Amino acid sequence: MFNYIVRRLLQMVLILFAISAITFFLFWATPANPALLICGKDCNTERIAEVNASYGFDDPLIVQYGRYMSGLVNPGGRELGSEGSQEHCSWPCLDRSLQNGLQVTDSIADAIGPTFWLATGAAVLWLVSGVLLGLLAALRKGKWLDKLSVGLALFGVSFPTLVLGYLLVFVFIVKGGLLPYPDQANSSPSAGLVPFFQFYILPWVTLALVNAALYTRLTRANMIDTMNEDFIRTARAKGLGERQVVFKHGLRAALTPIVTIFGLDLGALLGGAVITERIFSIQGLGKLSIDSVLGNDLPVVMGVVLVAAFFVVFANIVVDVLYAFIDPRVRLS
Amino acid sequence: MSTTASTEPVQPSGARDASAFLEVRDLHVRFPTDDGLVRAVNGLSFSLQPGETLGIVGESGSGKSVTSLAIMGLHKGSRAQVEGEIWLDGDELVSMRVEEMRRLRGNKVSMIFQDPLSAMHPFYKIGDQLVEAYLVHNDVSKAVAKKRAVDMLDRVGIPSPASRYHDYPHQFSGGMRQRAMIAMALMCDPRLLIADEPTTALDVTVQAQILDLMNDLQKEFNSAIIIITHDLGVVAQMAQKLVVMYGGRVVEAGDVRDIFYRPEHPYAWGLLGSIPRITGGGDRLKSIKGSPPSLINLPTGCPFHPRCDFRDKVPGDACVTDVPELLQIGGTPHAARCHIPSPERQRLFTEQIKPAL
Repeated sequence: MFNYIVRRLLQMVLILFAISAITFFLFWATPANPALLICGKDCNTERIAEVNASYGFDDPLIVQYGRYMSGLVNPGGRELGSEGSQEHCSWPCLDRSLQNGLQVTDSIADAIGPTFWLATGAAVLWLVSGVLLGLLAALRKGKWLDKLSVGLALFGVSFPTLVLGYLLVFVFIVKGGLLPYPDQANSSPSAGLVPFFQFYILPWVTLALVNAALYTRLTRANMIDTMNEDFIRTARAKGLGERQVVFKHGLRAALTPIVTIFGLDLGALLGGAVITERIFSIQGLGKLSIDSVLGNDLPVVMGVVLVAAFFVVFANIVVDVLYAFIDPRVRLS
Repeated sequence: MSTTASTEPVQPSGARDASAFLEVRDLHVRFPTDDGLVRAVNGLSFSLQPGETLGIVGESGSGKSVTSLAIMGLHKGSRAQVEGEIWLDGDELVSMRVEEMRRLRGNKVSMIFQDPLSAMHPFYKIGDQLVEAYLVHNDVSKAVAKKRAVDMLDRVGIPSPASRYHDYPHQFSGGMRQRAMIAMALMCDPRLLIADEPTTALDVTVQAQILDLMNDLQKEFNSAIIIITHDLGVVAQMAQKLVVMYGGRVVEAGDVRDIFYRPEHPYAWGLLGSIPRITGGGDRLKSIKGSPPSLINLPTGCPFHPRCDFRDKVPGDACVTDVPELLQIGGTPHAARCHIPSPERQRLFTEQIKPAL
């Protein structure tokens, strides 16, 4: 088990390396010209050359990539900038933003909090509602509750996040006045629980709806399959009460595949939820990444891509290890 | 209740057989489906004494497993329509309340299933599954139940039971799993044990061990056993009484010896003819032509008539129009459901069937 985890972590480092290289070279394969951006309004050939020299955009790509990676490989971090704007950037160093000169590591650290609360809150919401609704539907298969939940699920899946988000803002904030306008100060629970929930409740609902619908369908299908299994008949033949049959024997088996998908979904979401963050002005990784892409801000693009990739790959490892604990038939080696 | 089946001379519809431990009387099980009403069991009757073993044989879809699930009360709460009476030790099970039936299940009546790999929960330890079966019906501490589980694993011949207690089903071999399944069924000392194809998923050597084990345990506990199978070899080794089912009805019933040596129903002849024999030379095995009947549209009259080779022995259209009654043969418990008169059947068997077996 220990060996397995170590091997998977080493694999993860390799994958992240590959992703960093692909992102870096793809960026330069586009017509993006960061020097032009930095150079600003009264730009001329001389200024451009100056910028290119001071940022090292003149160097061969492989040298630039090596310089960037040195901040991640070297445990001491690296020194940034030329004379006048020199600063130390400690490990893990992701360089400085071309737009605002802030160290990317710091920007990401600031953005991770809101994204984390947004993603985990929404995940809890869709997991609980999806599994509950799916379970009820499976147990009342063919009855009105089942039809209602299947209908709701269809509605949820087909309702675009973009529309739902703005609709909620309009109804609850603008027209209804039931919730305050979003204030960044409330984006962490340290601001007090009530403002925290007021800040996140609409984003959670927006983000959770699609997955809640998917999880409803998934739980329902798994549960119906499981309740037809031989071991459920055995549990009944033992004389167990229906509650034990459903929860201890049925749900346990039906939820196993959902654990896998939940881990991967949550991992992907921790990289940032672009649309939801934008609608509700949450300063998270999604907003950071969309801003950096629009601004040709290579170091920030690299940073958010690496962080998002880390969450996805890491979630994969967690799910695989977790699975071995849930399903004794899976042995890791 | 339908009148065709309930007037069978073998099990008169009047007084119950008071000595019987289990008596199934005119049992009907139907499943409404989108394609129509599936008549899985149509007027089934048989009885069983304590310590006795009854074999139920028949093709797939003859109603064997549906019958066993009806005795276990496992159709309750499903869409199945169950009619008739099932008397177990003085209690009527068909009309019994769900909660009462639940208390009998796994306790007084328990069941061994066909494929022990899929019939045991893959995520729980073997031992814990046994303990669970005991704790439902016995108000004891977990430690007592655990000791009982280890004892039972030992009884069914699982080596070092205390350590195998902690194994999961997938860590057991097929034969071991079936032993564990038997141990689980026996946790509460059931008076009636229903074994639904208990050895079908096992290879032949293991099969013999399992059957021996069941025989030994029966002697020890004096429980009644119903063994459901399509393997006549298993029946010969285990059962004293035999019921041959076809299309949800009994077509022949009696002592195992009677049916093996003096079978009277053409379907039973077909079953016996399809057993491979060591002395049989290189001839191809005989199969019964055609396929089992649709339970939605059962053939009229004798349900076996489309596949029967001996219809010309019955004058007129009786085979197609009338359901034959299950009639006793010469005052013995042996009975068959066929329009051909018994002396004629005996002659056909000795002259045409027996030489070919």
